[in-house]
Amino acid sequence: MPTSEDYKGQVPAWCPGCGNFQILSAVKQALVELDIEPWEVLVVSGIGQSGKLPHYMKCHTFNGLHGRTLPVATAAKLANHSMHVIAVAGDGDCYGEGGNHFLHAIRRNPNITLLVHDNQIYGLTKGQASPTTAKGTRTKVQPSGVPAEPLNPLALAISQNCSFVARGFSGDPEYLKELMKAAITHKGFSLLDILQPCVTFNKVNTFKWYRERVYKLEAEYDPYDRMKAFERALEWGEKIPNGIFYKKDKDTLEEMFPTIRETPLVRQKFSIEDVKPEIEKFY
Amino acid sequence: MEVKFLDYTLRIGGEAGQGLQTIGGALAKIFSRKGYHVFTHQDYMSRVRGGHNYYQIRFSNQKVSASRDMVDILLALDLNTIEIHKKSVRDDGFILYDSETIKKKFEAPEFIDVPFKKIALDVGKSSIMANTVATGAVLGLLGLGLENLKEILKSTFKKKGEEVIEKNLACAEAGYNYALTNCPRCEGVEIQEPEEKKFMLIDGIQAIGLGALMSGCKFYSAYPMTPSTGILNYLASKAEEHGLVVEQAEDEISAINMAIGASFTGVRAMTGSSGGGFALMIEGLSLAGMTETPLVIAEIQRPGPATGLPTRTEQADLLFILYAGHGEFPKVIFEPGTPKQAFYLTNRAFELAEKYQIPVFIQSDQYLGDSEWTFENFDFEHLIYNDYRLREKDLEGVEEYKRYRYSDTGISLLAVPGEAGKHLVVADSDEHDEEGHIIEDDETRIKMVRKRLLKKLPLIKKEIEAPLLYGDASPEIVLVGHGSTYGVIKEVVDILSRDRKVAMMHFSQIYPLPERDRLDYIELLEKAKLAISIENNATGQFAKLLRAETGFDFTHQILKYDGRPFTIENLKEEVNAYL
Repeated sequence: MPTSEDYKGQVPAWCPGCGNFQILSAVKQALVELDIEPWEVLVVSGIGQSGKLPHYMKCHTFNGLHGRTLPVATAAKLANHSMHVIAVAGDGDCYGEGGNHFLHAIRRNPNITLLVHDNQIYGLTKGQASPTTAKGTRTKVQPSGVPAEPLNPLALAISQNCSFVARGFSGDPEYLKELMKAAITHKGFSLLDILQPCVTFNKVNTFKWYRERVYKLEAEYDPYDRMKAFERALEWGEKIPNGIFYKKDKDTLEEMFPTIRETPLVRQKFSIEDVKPEIEKFY
Repeated sequence: MEVKFLDYTLRIGGEAGQGLQTIGGALAKIFSRKGYHVFTHQDYMSRVRGGHNYYQIRFSNQKVSASRDMVDILLALDLNTIEIHKKSVRDDGFILYDSETIKKKFEAPEFIDVPFKKIALDVGKSSIMANTVATGAVLGLLGLGLENLKEILKSTFKKKGEEVIEKNLACAEAGYNYALTNCPRCEGVEIQEPEEKKFMLIDGIQAIGLGALMSGCKFYSAYPMTPSTGILNYLASKAEEHGLVVEQAEDEISAINMAIGASFTGVRAMTGSSGGGFALMIEGLSLAGMTETPLVIAEIQRPGPATGLPTRTEQADLLFILYAGHGEFPKVIFEPGTPKQAFYLTNRAFELAEKYQIPVFIQSDQYLGDSEWTFENFDFEHLIYNDYRLREKDLEGVEEYKRYRYSDTGISLLAVPGEAGKHLVVADSDEHDEEGHIIEDDETRIKMVRKRLLKKLPLIKKEIEAPLLYGDASPEIVLVGHGSTYGVIKEVVDILSRDRKVAMMHFSQIYPLPERDRLDYIELLEKAKLAISIENNATGQFAKLLRAETGFDFTHQILKYDGRPFTIENLKEEVNAYL
């Protein structure tokens, strides 16, 4: 049984008080409680403050390009579906630069977990608007206010029948950890959007701002009701629901490839002898 | 009796959607099965229906490796074909057509009117079989027998049932007999029988696909783009039988990142595209360079810029590929000259990619990609398969695994995450330390650049083979080419060799350029009276590369940038202008 110490990595270089710290400890704790060893997990991340997360853990890591987390994570799962694959991205990373991959990861439904550190701002590049920044917010680059509507990742995911759609808040790490465990154990593509205050650049969506608004979906809420889920996903403002919004059980991407139904691709032996007959077909 | 047609060219022309590829493909296969050497090339428009396309087949008792301008038989499926290609038909050639279909009758002696459609309706009860009639008619004209065509029809229509097969066989026979009995010109003409041999017939794209399959490629991700799509099609068709995962990505950015993800996780992976699609992959290429992830990339050129001429050919991406990717990292570029070279170089690409943990390109173009050649065989002895990936048992004795551990060669142990026991594999696109974690200090940076790039480069250079020299060993005239111009330059050298000391110097391993210890090709070029660089582009990109790397400057170049390949006649003419 692993301990939190087994997952201890490099010293984080995040700003003091950053909402990322609670996400880091929640991921580690979730993996420990699920009895998953560090060598059984691959964390794929992009670029942004979120992209640094796997360095602060101890597990297999692929810290790739900005926006390209999901193609790498999807292919890693196809190559070895016996591994737990967790994709870590930021709101700019996943919903902006990598928006197309987000749509197609939902369609493909690989059995991976996507954690989005959604702080509604660009941190690493110092304070520009992200796809989830509220319309009208003034920034250095948008001095007259952000001209575009914010993206609603949950509603978008539900509209595309995403297999698992949830939202957590880094100010409630205990519940966040439970949501992570549910996402990791869910069979299919799991989106967990995490409200994560940026203490340096986002002066609007602060810990206090969220605490006044965030509440949990009711115990009797049925995540299999898609229309209801869509309705709740549109709730944003005075009240912001957290929890598992939507679930849809379906075949995973890996299950759709007959060649890897039995043995992970990475364990399949290759021999030239087996493919030699292919040459005969050219005569 | 006169013996003719040792070197015979057949051109099939018509609209897109009329079945040119089916007819051409069947005839090329028939000739190769009969033991003739075959070379085909395709000229087609970027449309699914209409327009004008042609499929050209050259067959001979001797090796052939390029197309000729002049045609012995023109099979015209529409009037346009006759208007465009009539002037290319030899005086003693034939034009096979159906006056009823094209609604025009020609009286000149080369025209042979075969009612393809009427025979199809009479014999097969369907006009769909007109192409089978036409294929039979071509064979009838040549008196080559119907055996091979019957074989092909049986296997093509196997799934459609006995009745369809029988009708097609009857249509082929009717077309064959009609041409045989209605061609007064054919009398006194005899096609020389080939040797008792059976050749394999394969195009450049299939050879790359087959090469990947036989190199243990287990993952291919790509976005469809002409003329590279054939690799995706080929590997997808083999996926279930041979245990591959082939995924059509949502864009080329995803395609290359998927291939990198699969390779990082421990399987041999490849992606492919043409210039425009590859342009989207470049950040990913740099990622493979930084993370030292083995990767094979097929880049099948078509003329640019932008969308360019989607279905045509050019060699204008060489310098683009050479300089692609921000930052400095090692890469290898192969550009095969024949399908056989494409097969072996694809295999070599996987070997070098994995041995040195670098991206390796197999670059080609529409011309070679779509051209079919005949070969006696591809032998397996020259295939390489070394699995450089390390699993738990391979790592026994390694106390603390570090993905980027410094070494004399710059190469670090390549462990498979999840299969390496408790060892952890960490890869990073940021500059990193030996373990793979982000760093920013200058000392580690310098060490990593040395490890990743400077130490590996000289080792990689030693792997590159000398250019191929064909013709005179101490030539006065050297025709220099790279990639797909191999076949046509070779044939021109054959012709010019009759009265001159001439040779071809062909580069298929383009970058890094070969060292000069095995063959001092620069000295050879300097000694020649005339060295001509021949390229399918407007600016002489290979000549530029050679000058940049060796200082050798070509005084003569032949450049073709009309989107079409060189033919024997037009290249010979251009070379002659310099003599």
